[in-house]
Amino acid sequence: MKPAPFKYIAASSLDHALTLKAEHGDEARFLAGGQSLVPAMNFRLARPAVVIDINGLDEVAGIDHGSTIRVGALTRYCALERDSEFLGCCALFADALPHIAHPQIRNRGTIGGNLSHADPASELPAIAVAMEARMRLKSARGERVLAASEFFQGSLTTDLAADEMLVDVEFPALPPRGGVCFMEMARRRGDFAIAGVAVIVTLDMEGRCSKVRLALCGVGDTPVDASEAAAPLVGQACADEPIKAAAAAIQATIEPAGNVHASADYQRHLAGVLAQRAIRTAYQRAVHAA
Amino acid sequence: MQPDRHEISISVNGTAYRRSVESRTLLSDFLRHDLLLAGTHVGCEHGVCGACTVLLDGAPIRSCLMLAVQANGHELSTIEGLASDSGELSPVQRAMHEHHGLQCGYCTPGILMTMTAFLKQNPSPSEEKVREALSGNLCRCTGYQHIVDAVMAAAQAMRAAAP
Repeated sequence: MKPAPFKYIAASSLDHALTLKAEHGDEARFLAGGQSLVPAMNFRLARPAVVIDINGLDEVAGIDHGSTIRVGALTRYCALERDSEFLGCCALFADALPHIAHPQIRNRGTIGGNLSHADPASELPAIAVAMEARMRLKSARGERVLAASEFFQGSLTTDLAADEMLVDVEFPALPPRGGVCFMEMARRRGDFAIAGVAVIVTLDMEGRCSKVRLALCGVGDTPVDASEAAAPLVGQACADEPIKAAAAAIQATIEPAGNVHASADYQRHLAGVLAQRAIRTAYQRAVHAA
Repeated sequence: MQPDRHEISISVNGTAYRRSVESRTLLSDFLRHDLLLAGTHVGCEHGVCGACTVLLDGAPIRSCLMLAVQANGHELSTIEGLASDSGELSPVQRAMHEHHGLQCGYCTPGILMTMTAFLKQNPSPSEEKVREALSGNLCRCTGYQHIVDAVMAAAQAMRAAAP
């Protein structure tokens, strides 16, 4: 339960961090909040030869409010929780943050660390996919921007190259007449979800759905984008029939594997129930916002 | 491989320390083994149990999920700093004693640190908020009811004592 030996380097700038990563590649890991990496190192599931501490890099921390919202990778959950403007624009976070572990974890854990870790049961990857977030990846070679759906490649696997760092994430602000909801079910408070649903419903002037975005966590190798399955909601007002049909289509889309906490059947059942509740709540909030 | 060592300066409960640490030393082990402040307990060592909770610049964190070298330049508060020099218990400590909030006591330092920070931020918490704040600390002896009672009582005592 102690980490294997490694060389520790506190990066003095983003350029310094990226130069070090280019030099050491897969042998090196970036250390942000450490809430996933350090337990993995304690268990010796991760044995990096070099640990590049980026906690001093203010240039990749903080929230920029513009026409879109740009969140630096080193921004901690507790900073997101305290930023009411951010929670207003990115209301899915207001629903989801209380589900992310515990206060002690949220005081350290970072959005960039969470997304780069890419745990498919985690809330934020599903939210990034539902919100169509744009991820900015930097390396000593340059930078590129990826859609969240392209970023997540598999369980604990992203499109990040060995020399790249996720430096910030851009979220579009909630559109007018938009409503959101995130819901999940876990065995104990703060545990990873058995299933979770993030949904964004946008209404037209008549109160009918003009766009729906829906992603799930915990029911696949990656966050699952089920927006297409939910698309028949477009043109529909908030009513039982279309919402039930959408939930059934979502259940048919996902392929949960089952785990120690829940069978695949139960996960699928739960995804359907949560989808119905979350869609209905998102509709109601959108109506309220209109 | 030669041990990778670093000089660090930290403040713990107001006392400044300068030490050389190996990079892989966890903050929890540094407190216990290097500074001999063994009141911070080590339970699961992967961030689940909360026994090792300390305050980093006033905010509760898991000391088993932080490297000692990362604490360089920061201020820590641990269970040893809660009671006054004359031994007078802090309001949360006193309430835990009075309400039988502990049995074996292993989880208690972590709970006291979590709740000390929580009550500073939330002087008038609801019982539900207390339970939520307690969710990151596991207790296997008493159950949580007495701990919740103690925190509610401490909040009341602190409010009454406030000027």
